[in-house]
Amino acid sequence: MRAQEYLDQARQLQALSLAVHIPLVCFGIAFPSMVLFAESRFLRTGDEIYRALARRWSKVMLTLFAVGVVTGTILTFEFGLLWPDFVSAFGNVFGLGFALEGFSFFLEAIFIGIYVYGWDRLSARAHFLSGIPIAVAGVVGALMVIAVNGWMNHPQGFQLDAQGRVVDIDPVRALFANTYFWHELVHMYLAAFMVTGFVLAGAYAFGRLRGRWGRYERTALAVPLAAASVAAPLQVLVGDWAARDVATEEPIKLAALEGLAQTTAGAPEHLLGFYTAGQVRYGIEIPRLLSLLSFHNPNAVVRGLDTVPVTDQPPVNVVRFAFQTMVGIGTLLALLAVVFLVVRWRRGRLPNSRRFYQLLVVAGPLAYVAMIAGWVTTEVGRQPWVVYGVMRTGAAVTGATGIPVGYGVLAGTYALLAAAVCWTLRRLAKVPMPTGAVHPLTGVGAG
Amino acid sequence: MPLLISWVALALYTLLAGADFGAGFWQLTAGPGAHGRRLRDHAHHAMAPVWEANHVWLVLVLTVMWTAYPTVFGSVCSTLAIPIFLAAIGIVLRGLCYAVQSATEEPAERRFIDTAFALSSILTPFMLGTVIGGIASGRVPVGNAAGDMVTSWVNPTSLVSGCLAVAVGAYLAAVFLAADARRHPGSGPLERAFRGRALIAGVAAGVLALVGLAVLAGDAPRILAGLSSGWGLAAAAVSAVGGVGSLVLVLLRRFEPARIAAGVAVAAILAGWAAAQRPYLLPGLTLGDAAADSATLWAVVISVLLGLVVLAPSLALLFRLSLAGHLDPDPGAPVRHATLGPDAVRPRWAGRVGLACFLVGLVLLTLADAGVAHVFGVIALAGAGLAIFTAVGPDEVAAKSSRVFVRERR
Repeated sequence: MRAQEYLDQARQLQALSLAVHIPLVCFGIAFPSMVLFAESRFLRTGDEIYRALARRWSKVMLTLFAVGVVTGTILTFEFGLLWPDFVSAFGNVFGLGFALEGFSFFLEAIFIGIYVYGWDRLSARAHFLSGIPIAVAGVVGALMVIAVNGWMNHPQGFQLDAQGRVVDIDPVRALFANTYFWHELVHMYLAAFMVTGFVLAGAYAFGRLRGRWGRYERTALAVPLAAASVAAPLQVLVGDWAARDVATEEPIKLAALEGLAQTTAGAPEHLLGFYTAGQVRYGIEIPRLLSLLSFHNPNAVVRGLDTVPVTDQPPVNVVRFAFQTMVGIGTLLALLAVVFLVVRWRRGRLPNSRRFYQLLVVAGPLAYVAMIAGWVTTEVGRQPWVVYGVMRTGAAVTGATGIPVGYGVLAGTYALLAAAVCWTLRRLAKVPMPTGAVHPLTGVGAG
Repeated sequence: MPLLISWVALALYTLLAGADFGAGFWQLTAGPGAHGRRLRDHAHHAMAPVWEANHVWLVLVLTVMWTAYPTVFGSVCSTLAIPIFLAAIGIVLRGLCYAVQSATEEPAERRFIDTAFALSSILTPFMLGTVIGGIASGRVPVGNAAGDMVTSWVNPTSLVSGCLAVAVGAYLAAVFLAADARRHPGSGPLERAFRGRALIAGVAAGVLALVGLAVLAGDAPRILAGLSSGWGLAAAAVSAVGGVGSLVLVLLRRFEPARIAAGVAVAAILAGWAAAQRPYLLPGLTLGDAAADSATLWAVVISVLLGLVVLAPSLALLFRLSLAGHLDPDPGAPVRHATLGPDAVRPRWAGRVGLACFLVGLVLLTLADAGVAHVFGVIALAGAGLAIFTAVGPDEVAAKSSRVFVRERR
């Protein structure tokens, strides 16, 4: 079969495109709120430093949005270019989500144009108001896309007839009456704040380590750090909720991410190690913890991989390794967040230790890695299905040739993209601070 | 009905993004020196605030098509994968150029970016044009990559429609930019430059349209027959009248009505294609066969209409602000700033409320099993997040000075 030949490349190409786009989505979800927070402080106090901050950030936001627009378009094309049979068979079930996402994308594009080009031209209040739809649309767009992903993991809202055709379609029920996607949405929403917050805070922490530490920089660090520090501990609870939903709705995914070969009552949890020949080797075993976490009962029966044929099992080590990466990094980030919150609470100031800022520099990339690992967990964990239990990924792939060439071209384009974005952001950071960004009362300015 | 939506979105994409592509095209031909710089800056400033919104029409076309006509979408994207992929690469480069442009004023760098931008602005509409040509000439059979990967888009109809797409974009852009130049004082040279370009591009587009008709006779007789009778003929006539009319208006320097006439002419080409294409979307596949279930079609129609309720006023606002010059760089008079007010005092209870909400969320989301409890658990956690963020008060804590690592200072 010719199609199968390119399946792996097609999947890698899709994964690459998603890994490039998703961090930009994080900024689309979380960054507008932070920019608006800064601007709201300006409106309240008239302090120019907040205005300068919001204004400079808004340029970064526009740059990242522009890149997000085009990488998102690539994803739209890839639905057809890589998975035409998936769209042919199920486009009428899940497509509505993307049509609605298109609208929120539209609003985002419209208002980001008004917001970023409207500084100095609109009244202060009108300008602030024009930013609110950006924040709302970012969230709504994510909701629509995740509704589709939730449907792929937990398909409903259609029937298959005797010939395997999709009939009795109810797209609204398929997407929005699905109980499965809410945990994904909340999980991703918090992840967006963690990625955006830690990446931004990390950038200013890097500046602090080099001595850039005026009031402007402190504010620019504290706002994203506070947002990420609020999100990180909450994410622990939400992640636990997500895992329990996976346990009931996608038991094979759970079995893969825990490396559970046989159906077990009172199943143990394994930390680290790797899966081989039906068991986890060199892991730290905690008895009954998996049953307790998954079903709130230390003796609960957890389904193992053996309940489905080998051809229906996902690659265990990939899923398990990705899952443990996400959980491990997430826990470390939550600890870092708690350190910040405790220092703020007990001492009433930002942390002073050099070590804290060094960790913060690393936290940004780590948050990105954790988020990607989370998506790998859920996407690879669903394999070999593109629509869980209904359509195999191999049956969806394109019959077109030349995928490897496209892969190379796109990878090159993304490398160019990454380089250009870095260059642009460095340039934007070097633009001199406006002279107005000095506190008119205290005279304290941007360091 | 969803086909109508797709068509309207496609027409708007052709008009708006076409002008956007055309603006890119003129970057290439602006020439060196200060005059060329002015032409390029004018084209850039007119488009920068609106290009993203223009671009999203394409996303709408794609998503409505794959929802309402999934088989068509799958067949077209697999057989015509190469031009679609190249168009996508062009879109990425264009977006990248917009993103990078804001960061530099250096002439050499700007030159380089402008050239990349112009080339991708030609590549994308050309490739999308070849896609339309491939569909129109019946070279995309139903199925996963069932058609020829190369001749489906390297053929006379595709080449002509690709060139036509570029020429039409260039024409629309030139007319628009000539009209837009009038807003700026002392813009006589700009206006003249774009007027001349509009005339050249308009004539080129007209000639290409005529060549296209001749090509259709040999390559896609069914489309030509559709264009010479009924609605197809009417659309072709409207297009011809609109095109010639807009050229005359440009000659007379009546740019505003010329802009409308040019738009009508372009929309009529697409209408003619749609009329001539009926009733088959792809060879052997009629509109009725291709359409999704009625439940899906209704859901699409309703959601698009609801979406338009929000979208239309927003778009109107964007274009009003943009055309009135409210989104231009270098403002005339800075807006009066709010006076300095007292900072809000952080409520002392925020921290305690946050902690309480967190504990409630912990109980409801983590310990309880019922779905309803989870809903309230998430709400409680959202409350906890907001309250704790308020309690942290990042602006306030940042206002206090803090130790600088002096050692690291240069």
